[in-house]
Amino acid sequence: MSHDGIRARGTERIWVALLLTPTMLGLALGALGSMAATIGLSLFAWDLLTPPRWVGLANYLALPENRNFMRALGNTSLFSAIYVPATVLISLGIAVLLNRGIYGKSLFRLIYFLPVITSPTAVGLVWTWIYSKDRGVLNAIVSFLGGTPQHWLGSELALYSVVVVNVWGAIGQGMIIFLAGLQAIPRDLYEAASIEGATPFRQFIEITVPLLLPSIFFQTVLSTIYAFQAFDYVYILTQTGNGNSSVPTLVFNIYREGFNFFRMGNATAQAVVLAAIVMALTLVYSQLQKRWGQQ
Amino acid sequence: MSEATLPSAPAGEAGMTIRAAFLRHLRGNFWVYLLLLAGGVLMMAPFAWMVSTALKPPADQFTRDLLPRTVTLENFFTAWQRMEFHHLMWNSARIAALSTIGQLVTCSMGAFVFAVVKFPGRDILFMLLLATLMLPYQMTVIPQFVIFSWLGLYGTDVPLWLPSFLGGAFGVFLLRQYFRTIPVDLMEAARLDGASLFRVYWSIYLPLARPALAALALFAFMNSWNDLFSAMIYLPSNLQTTTLPVGLSLFQRLYRAQWAVMMAAVVISISPIVVAFFFAQKQFIQGIATSGLK
Repeated sequence: MSHDGIRARGTERIWVALLLTPTMLGLALGALGSMAATIGLSLFAWDLLTPPRWVGLANYLALPENRNFMRALGNTSLFSAIYVPATVLISLGIAVLLNRGIYGKSLFRLIYFLPVITSPTAVGLVWTWIYSKDRGVLNAIVSFLGGTPQHWLGSELALYSVVVVNVWGAIGQGMIIFLAGLQAIPRDLYEAASIEGATPFRQFIEITVPLLLPSIFFQTVLSTIYAFQAFDYVYILTQTGNGNSSVPTLVFNIYREGFNFFRMGNATAQAVVLAAIVMALTLVYSQLQKRWGQQ
Repeated sequence: MSEATLPSAPAGEAGMTIRAAFLRHLRGNFWVYLLLLAGGVLMMAPFAWMVSTALKPPADQFTRDLLPRTVTLENFFTAWQRMEFHHLMWNSARIAALSTIGQLVTCSMGAFVFAVVKFPGRDILFMLLLATLMLPYQMTVIPQFVIFSWLGLYGTDVPLWLPSFLGGAFGVFLLRQYFRTIPVDLMEAARLDGASLFRVYWSIYLPLARPALAALALFAFMNSWNDLFSAMIYLPSNLQTTTLPVGLSLFQRLYRAQWAVMMAAVVISISPIVVAFFFAQKQFIQGIATSGLK
């Protein structure tokens, strides 16, 4: 069925080289070259105006004492710790419900998917309006239900409010992945289990979850990569008057260091730490998957 | 109608009417529908509130009615004039169109080679390419910013679309998966007839891969249209040269608390993508299901 490809002969080799050139340039310059340059820059102090000055690991060694960075690291970690499980579980739940042969499946799918395609910047403005402290509709609902209006985007609650928006914006994507995974599970497995008297819950635990494990891992990795790079909603929802944020995340901080203050050494060092965390987590996940997959 | 029998009903239920079967289905799935509907309302609520606010006269923006008492399009005209939307729209559309072309051309070229040609180191190279998917954008953006600035391209739209002409892991992966489903015999036959590899790519693979190309086009366009980070870096402040997301973020700072006008601006800026999505849902969803990404 699948073939491993042909061997190029004669002039075909020229075509192979030509067709591959843009991708290889992108890989060499856009990805690997830029990555190496970022690592290199992180060893300098540089403001773009005066020549870069070699500082060795000083940019990294300064990070633990950099209060903004540590705060951003904490915020991003907490953000991911809530965002990743919430996105995976909610989108899995919706996919399972949608997969039960119900009416209006494609309409529901459309509804849940819509926030995935709309611009986070634009929709973020809608959420600032909903969360608005004085006249926002969320506080109106809270008051109506007898609660106390909250400062949703103030420094105490902003992280949670922003996580809610990000989850809202991402479950449609997870739902599609899980629906594709669910459709690949043979129906007879459920029928056989039904005949043997297994409850829907047992069917879910013993058939759905194990067979969906690859999708669950995949979605977890994707969500983690996304969570550590969260920017748009954070920028729009939590920016304060002085250009800072009520809950700066790692990427927000990198943006500020690099493009507001032009401290390129600092910004690149933070980017390297960010990338290292993302790669380490991805590795951990893939090890876990290997171990669980072998059971 | 209610007396018609279900053609595919199991033997024991052969006499059951469609209505009875439907009611039974509803009863059996009561919680499923309830949960999905409640979730659907939550998903749509921000959009409903956005449209509702946008249609209210600015003096009514703080009323809590979901259905505006007076409906007006005034906010849309105000937003359009203040934000010079024609510039923002044109800039966003031009940059997104160029990015889309770049991705379609270069990703399909790379994907074709990875899908049909065997060469030493191919698999390692492909894995390396895929690994760049987890590379945060921030890990590459600063050197690129420096180089584009040196080339005098800061403040132009070139840095926003030029990188799209250098392939990309997502597009190459998406198209390669599709190319690999095309029977190899087609290519072999063409090669026996003396067709060059380029001809095989151009006249066989590209036409057959139209659905996958459409999916990639949608994603490339959407990602460029919605992109805030790089637009903010290269085109930070000029409403005549910048893109919609940057325009909206500037608008937020300039016109605080003018919610009705702001919501109208939001409606204007998301509608092209929403319309495109309604027409091409299938490709969008298929693309995500195949590749897992957007």
